[in-house]
Amino acid sequence: MDTRDDLLRQGHYACPGCGLAIAMKLVLSALGERTIVVIIPSCEAVISATYPFSALKVPAFHSAFVIAAPTAAGISRALKVRGEDDITVLAFAGDGGTYDIGLQSLSGAAERNEDFIYVCLDNEAYMNTGIQASSSTPFCSWTVTTPKGKKERKKRLMDIIVAHSIPYCATATIGYPEDLIEKVKRAKKKKGTRFIHILTPCPTGWRMREDLTGIVSMLAFETKIFPLYEVYDGEIYRITKMPKGLPVKEYLSLQGRFSHLKEEEIEEIQKNVDKEWARLLYLAKRNAENCA
Amino acid sequence: MVELLSGNHAIAEAVRLCKVDFIAAYPITPQTPIYEKIAEMVSDGRIKGQMMRAESEHSAMAACISASLTGVRVFTASSSQGIAFMHEMLHFASGNRVSIVMACVNRVVSAPWAFGSDQTDTLSQRDTGWIQLYCEDGQEALDTVIMAYRVAETVFLPVMVTIDGFYTSHFIEPVDIPDEKAVDKYLPPKSLPNRFDLKNPAFIQNVVDSHYYSEFKKRQFDDTMKAKETIIEADKEFGKLFGRSYGVVEADDLEDADVGIVTSGALVSCARIAKKNLREKGIKVGLLKIKLFRPFPYDEVIKHLANLKKVLVIDRNVSCGKGGIFCDELKGAMYNLEKRPKIYGFIGGLCGEDLPPETIEKIALYVINEDKAPEKPIWIHGMTF
Repeated sequence: MDTRDDLLRQGHYACPGCGLAIAMKLVLSALGERTIVVIIPSCEAVISATYPFSALKVPAFHSAFVIAAPTAAGISRALKVRGEDDITVLAFAGDGGTYDIGLQSLSGAAERNEDFIYVCLDNEAYMNTGIQASSSTPFCSWTVTTPKGKKERKKRLMDIIVAHSIPYCATATIGYPEDLIEKVKRAKKKKGTRFIHILTPCPTGWRMREDLTGIVSMLAFETKIFPLYEVYDGEIYRITKMPKGLPVKEYLSLQGRFSHLKEEEIEEIQKNVDKEWARLLYLAKRNAENCA
Repeated sequence: MVELLSGNHAIAEAVRLCKVDFIAAYPITPQTPIYEKIAEMVSDGRIKGQMMRAESEHSAMAACISASLTGVRVFTASSSQGIAFMHEMLHFASGNRVSIVMACVNRVVSAPWAFGSDQTDTLSQRDTGWIQLYCEDGQEALDTVIMAYRVAETVFLPVMVTIDGFYTSHFIEPVDIPDEKAVDKYLPPKSLPNRFDLKNPAFIQNVVDSHYYSEFKKRQFDDTMKAKETIIEADKEFGKLFGRSYGVVEADDLEDADVGIVTSGALVSCARIAKKNLREKGIKVGLLKIKLFRPFPYDEVIKHLANLKKVLVIDRNVSCGKGGIFCDELKGAMYNLEKRPKIYGFIGGLCGEDLPPETIEKIALYVINEDKAPEKPIWIHGMTF
């Protein structure tokens, strides 16, 4: 890829191997220059650089933590007043800002079908404040606030978003950039609230080598821990890529945050993943023709 | 054209006259009729702008901020818990220098849970960097909203226009609705800067270091202080076009007064009657209505009050552990003067508790006869005063 045209410039503030920065770059390149970005307190805010610098080549606004969605809604409605209909408004938020503190305002905007693309950059904890658990942190995962491993399962955010019957929801991961870019482009063509949930590994918080970001992203998919699918209008499910179904252990064993796991815990994770996958398959098979 | 309107509906008329482009709001008593009337006007086309049903006040203000940064004219309204809930965003609005106008219908902040009028909801936002204008009645509220846009769009600071819940908000009075063309002349639809310029992309409000933080805040502080001149000018111009003006304070009969009554909002009307009654009895009482609270009108307060022997302040608000907020501010404003009046602070009318002119007369007589000014506020509660 020719990095000179990247809308996330070189020299940004991401840690080495940051999955989030890769996702930002891919999303922005898929959307193009006629995009306005909303960022909330998160790793995205730091990656985008401190004043007076900007790593972004598009207009951006760093707003408060709770309100990525209504901030994007305010811009997109104001653009309509101004008669500028061809600009995409994009909200970047982390898992904490989406799953936890920002869920209410995201739900409000989705219910009103506000016109913007919302991208949740999910690194499964509050990485920017030092690896505290969020409701996106997976079962058994170590964080500084779950030192013996998190006891609860990861919130099924996609189900909550799908329940709003918005035009388009999708999952994506930087392990499969083409799939990610296609989904962003598909979202761009639609109007109303569009939601893309991207898994973005964090070497620092996941306690793994910096060069494993890509491999771990792929393994999250191949082990069915993070399936790749789309949901249209809250109803039509389409699995966009079929995973090999590798054992979850292959994914977990590369990350220090799971290094304390006992065999029975790994088994339980495997069982949960199999159950979730069966459920997704059922939903997708209701629209058999859409199942890849 | 004079119509019978509640204060809330007078504010909705002002929003229509100002040709507001974007409104985001969330219902709360006693602000709800503003929201409802605007929704009705948007739905029947009298207001051409976008109306966003927000799912909270916090989100409403968030959307107002980003819409305002996009360069359109923005309005919201709230009360009480709603204003408290959007507290974080109020700092964001002023720090981002957006020209939002918000109508605030003063209501107590719980607990205990209650609904009556009390200014603590807006006064406790005094450090958020918003311009604050307190109105006495529906006419003043309508006129002030129009002026507020002129000010906000000149100085790039957000403005709160406040009225007393249930008293001004629900009381129906004759209100003169200005001619639309005259309002257009006073407040032409403005091409505000769209700060999301695709050709020159900027990152708005990214993280700053301590040096830049102080620099931004100093500029905001200086501009807020300077905004008073713009407010005075906007009020004068309004007077020329519409025949009504209010000043940042209104002084009445203070030149020869033995005691000056200072108050704000709807209580001013009661104080006017009390002053008149006392004057008829030959007791020299004057009145200072404070309309502008932020930026604080130091010069005007000093000009009208510094030469008096005694001043009494009636606050329909309370800062627990300190006193009435207007009284406190007034004392602070005059502390460094060599010659200054004794200041007597009273707290009363909380939660809309009745505070009729007779009570204010008694307070004034008490102050005239009592030479020791109290350190702490005196409570006027249950009309036992």
